[in-house]
Amino acid sequence: MSENVVVVDARGSFCPGPLMELISKIKSVPVGTEIHVLSTDKGSAKDIPAWIKKVGHEYLGTEEKEGYWVIKVKKTK
Amino acid sequence: MATHVVIAGGGTAGSIIANLLARGLHREIQNGEVIIKVIDKEEKHMYQPALLYVVFDRFREDEMFKDMRDLLNPSIIFIHDEIEEFDFNANVVRTKSGKNVEYDYLVIATGSNPRADLIEGLNEHGDIFYTLEGAKKLREKLRKFEGGRVVVSVAAPHKCPVAPLEITFMLDEYFRAKGIRDKVELHYTYPIGRVHALEAVANWAVPEFEKRDIKYETLFNMEKVEGKDGSGVIHSMEGFEKEFDLLIAIPPHKGTDALINSGIQDGWVPTDRHLLKAEGHENVYVCGDTTNLPISKAGSTAHFEADVVAENLIAEIKEGHPARDYDGKVMCFIETGFSSATYVWFNYTTPPDPVPPSKMIHWLKLGYNRVYWLTARGIL
Ligand SMILES: Cc1cc2nc3c(=O)[nH]c(=O)nc-3n(C[C@H](O)[C@H](O)[C@H](O)COP(=O)(O)OP(=O)(O)OC[C@H]3O[C@@H](n4cnc5c(N)ncnc54)[C@H](O)[C@@H]3O)c2cc1C
Repeated sequence: MSENVVVVDARGSFCPGPLMELISKIKSVPVGTEIHVLSTDKGSAKDIPAWIKKVGHEYLGTEEKEGYWVIKVKKTK
Repeated sequence: MATHVVIAGGGTAGSIIANLLARGLHREIQNGEVIIKVIDKEEKHMYQPALLYVVFDRFREDEMFKDMRDLLNPSIIFIHDEIEEFDFNANVVRTKSGKNVEYDYLVIATGSNPRADLIEGLNEHGDIFYTLEGAKKLREKLRKFEGGRVVVSVAAPHKCPVAPLEITFMLDEYFRAKGIRDKVELHYTYPIGRVHALEAVANWAVPEFEKRDIKYETLFNMEKVEGKDGSGVIHSMEGFEKEFDLLIAIPPHKGTDALINSGIQDGWVPTDRHLLKAEGHENVYVCGDTTNLPISKAGSTAHFEADVVAENLIAEIKEGHPARDYDGKVMCFIETGFSSATYVWFNYTTPPDPVPPSKMIHWLKLGYNRVYWLTARGIL
């Protein structure tokens, strides 16, 4: 993990929780920060990448761990 | 020494719990072994779902309020005051007028509030029907509205998950009845990737939207609203713009400031999903909108949770241990216009499945609007 990674642990929260947590976090971090959203919610694993692309931040991929997803994004603007 | 039960908030959850406790513990209360207090900043209890009907002139103001003191069993002490701070270490609730109300058991039932102030320009240029003042203002605007673009824009989290859909369907029917539907463009926006947080409801709503020519956009989060002479434009966080002639907004919600000031993030109290106790506090129950549970913030949620909290408090006080778990049950009627409705019910393990809309369900909802006071009294 690079130094500039912020983790949003939204495990146990259902749609739209994880996306909303990412949205409020992304507002508060500087451009260039990498955010990892941890989510146990399947809908959010699909929604978050779609939102990232619509907003125009950089989607760095989704990793499936045991029982949850790590969705990675870099704030670009 | 008497056992003091303090209920913060006399809304849906608070009034049901207080009245159930008054009945379940009446002997203990009569003997002076238990004292029940309800604290609320309002003297009148408002039936909030009526706001939707106020917008369309279908509910009168004096039918949607009842005096807290009349609603609560006479054995309950009602304190009209605003809570400013919860001191969970000292087991004390501090109020604006300077009272320190001590408790052995506390129930937090302070609900949730729309916070238009969190989005720049929304208070000035948007219409928010989640308050009586806002609903009445919107009613006046709709009376005069002759055509243009109406946008229903939803932010999250918010209470009553279905109210935004209901108002959209009702607006469609209202403009048709007024004979101006062809002059109105009706738009709906939602913050996540589908038109409703509950997938089954989203799948059901999309064909309804298409049938009625309601345009919708998902992944749309209001960031800033600009306006002039009633019209204006929403700038979304995603970098898009949407113009409007009337903006009906459901702002993001937070819990009460008293909780936020007591160190609870956004006022959503971390709550055990089955026992409904505040995490880390054995003598504090949480009920209704102010929990952090991943379920709908709705009156029916508050009602089903309240039954569990009251039963557990009675069992704890009488027998020393809570008696049952909450299973996540929620039930919502969904008005699909002025003459039909559907409903959904679900819990932690069963997803919702809307049934085809019918007149019968609409009448049930209208009937419940009147019967609600029996719920608040802990009877139904
Ligand atoms: C337009 C609209 C339509 C709705 N439609 C439906 C519907 O069809 N079905 C449904 O199930 N639900 C519906 N709801 C939602 C429902 O009204 C709420 O979810 C429900 O009231 C929550 O109950 P509660 O007890 O948690 O909070 P509330 O009923 O809001 O009660 C909270 C109480 O706490 C008091 N309080 C708050 N802070 C303080 C403080 N600091 N000090 C003292 N007192 C305080 C308040 O004055 C209030 O009396 C609707 C809501 C709205 C706005």
